[in-house]
Amino acid sequence: MLNINDLHARVEDTAILHGLNLEVKPGEVHAIMGPNGAGKSTLGNVLAGRPGYEVTGGSVTYKGNDLLELEAEERARAGVFLAFQYPVEIPGVSNMEFLKASVDTIRTARGEDVMSSMDFIKLAREKCKAVDLPQDFLKRGVNEGFSGGEKKRNELLQMMLLEPSLCILDETDSGLDIDALQVVARGVNALRSPDRGIIVVTHYQRLLDYIVPDYVHVLAKGRIVKSGGRELALELEKHGYSWIDEEVA
Amino acid sequence: MSDPMQAEQAHQGLQAQSDWGWLKDWRASAWSQFAATPWPTRKTEAWKYTPLKSMLDTEWSLAEQPGTGTGTVFESWDRTVITLVDGKVVDHDALPEGVTVRLLSKATPEQRAQFEGRLAKTLAGDQLFTTFNQALLAEAVWIEVAPETVLEKPLHINQVLSSNARGRAVPVRLLLDLGTRSQMTLVETFTSESDGPVFINPVTEIDVGDSAKLTHYHLLLETGDVRHLGSVQAVLRAHSQMNSFHMALGGVLKRKDIVVRHCGSGAHLQLNGVYLPRGKEHVDYHTTLEHEVPHGTSNEVFRGIIGDEAKAVFNGRIHIHKDAQKTLAELSNKNLLTSHKAEINTKPELEIYADDVKCAHGATVAQLDKGSMFYFLSRGISRQEAEVMMSFGFINELLETLDDEPVKQLLRPMLASLFAKEDELARHLV
Repeated sequence: MLNINDLHARVEDTAILHGLNLEVKPGEVHAIMGPNGAGKSTLGNVLAGRPGYEVTGGSVTYKGNDLLELEAEERARAGVFLAFQYPVEIPGVSNMEFLKASVDTIRTARGEDVMSSMDFIKLAREKCKAVDLPQDFLKRGVNEGFSGGEKKRNELLQMMLLEPSLCILDETDSGLDIDALQVVARGVNALRSPDRGIIVVTHYQRLLDYIVPDYVHVLAKGRIVKSGGRELALELEKHGYSWIDEEVA
Repeated sequence: MSDPMQAEQAHQGLQAQSDWGWLKDWRASAWSQFAATPWPTRKTEAWKYTPLKSMLDTEWSLAEQPGTGTGTVFESWDRTVITLVDGKVVDHDALPEGVTVRLLSKATPEQRAQFEGRLAKTLAGDQLFTTFNQALLAEAVWIEVAPETVLEKPLHINQVLSSNARGRAVPVRLLLDLGTRSQMTLVETFTSESDGPVFINPVTEIDVGDSAKLTHYHLLLETGDVRHLGSVQAVLRAHSQMNSFHMALGGVLKRKDIVVRHCGSGAHLQLNGVYLPRGKEHVDYHTTLEHEVPHGTSNEVFRGIIGDEAKAVFNGRIHIHKDAQKTLAELSNKNLLTSHKAEINTKPELEIYADDVKCAHGATVAQLDKGSMFYFLSRGISRQEAEVMMSFGFINELLETLDDEPVKQLLRPMLASLFAKEDELARHLV
């Protein structure tokens, strides 16, 4: 599904990724862990096509096509979804308007019919319940005045409505209390399916107690320096990241 | 100055038709003042960024008879409507109890005496186009709401410029005296069906009585070849509240001077507004808050989106007089430029002569936020649709604060279609 090969990227004048390799097959959940500044968020943003993140080498193939050739909105329509670490507030545009615009566009791109407003409202309310957000959130401005946890749950709500093929969660656990963490994990687990790939980017092992990954990768200094199964995450939890640094050095 | 606007004939014609000596004197004094005022140039501070060139290409005349026109229609809003076409009152709903309306054009001898007392109290007119309004005034609508009256239905002054209004100057004055502890909603709308140059020159004077509460909408919905130069002047008595919302779609030229005076202590003003010129349109809001007494509060928020080659001017002055201790006044003006050729001149002005006050102001000019844009794109939404939705949101944030759902329902689709060059792009709004 996703093949990242020797990826180099920089943000403004700073080189961040130095030859990153990663393969994600449908149905797999990959966790990417690493210390601050390792390039975790850069990876998510490069894959989603955020302006200012410049690829300087390597390739990314998604479903057999060159992902880097696509504009950000084309990537989204092709099924790539980035759950933001810091979701943006858009006052004056209601969550419902935003969600409907997004779902309509993506359904159209998939060759599906646009949902009627009635059907959509019903579905959106259902999903709200699933992520434990009150229904009046649909009427409020996009992320406007939401708490950190509410913003993250709103990202999850979008993900559930859009049903992407490749989900990238950028530190979705940061700033969440244990209850919110469980809600998010439950939502992500519900999205696990044989034809969907999921990348969970996180600093802490904690989230992986609830979303059990198939693979764990350690990202340090812009490269994946170690890969393994779930036990690797537990090891990191125990020993921190310093031993990785020593190994890389 | 002689007569750069070619309006003296209209003034003289109006004077010749009237047998009301006092009114003629009142208008003549204004004409002398107007004619003696040097015509504004780029060096005139109040008109620095708003050239009046477009006022000089037409010989302005007054309408003899009104044309026809519907004006603004609100869906399912039970209200009392007074409709003026080309400055003449053509339709008039039955008035609720406690409300008196007098028309200058139909004043009885008794009402003439009352008008003389009331109009003499109005501003002498240090604003050029308030003076012009006085010099050419053929119609004034004077609304008096008795004390202790709570009006359930809003009062709607529906001003229409008809398709016959080409070349017309339309000066109209609205006077509202809201009695002690009374409450009401006043809606003023302005629309135009004229396809040629037309000059609307409205002056609204409002007196909000002690502990009275007024919700006010002043909506300039005309587009096209309209020049709208006018003012809103309000006096707030003790412990009164005024919540005033302004909106200007573009036009060849629009300039509104808003002056609110805190004359009684403990009054509160909320003054919000939006302006949306595009093409080669020009909109100018000049606001002045006069805090003359202690314990007044004012909160003012204006936002504009300026597109294409349009220009906008915002000048927000807060003047806190020496005795106005414990005043709280805030002013915010945010602007969004959606084109490289669009222009905004924004200037907050604070003049504070009291030492125990809290006063804040801020003005910003920006383009659409890149981070927000990426958020839309990352959800598959096209750049064009995202631009429409973000622009809409920037203005809608203020609309959301309005109390009256029918006003929102009127304005929201207007906004959506204004920002979207194709309907498709606004399909997720409204």
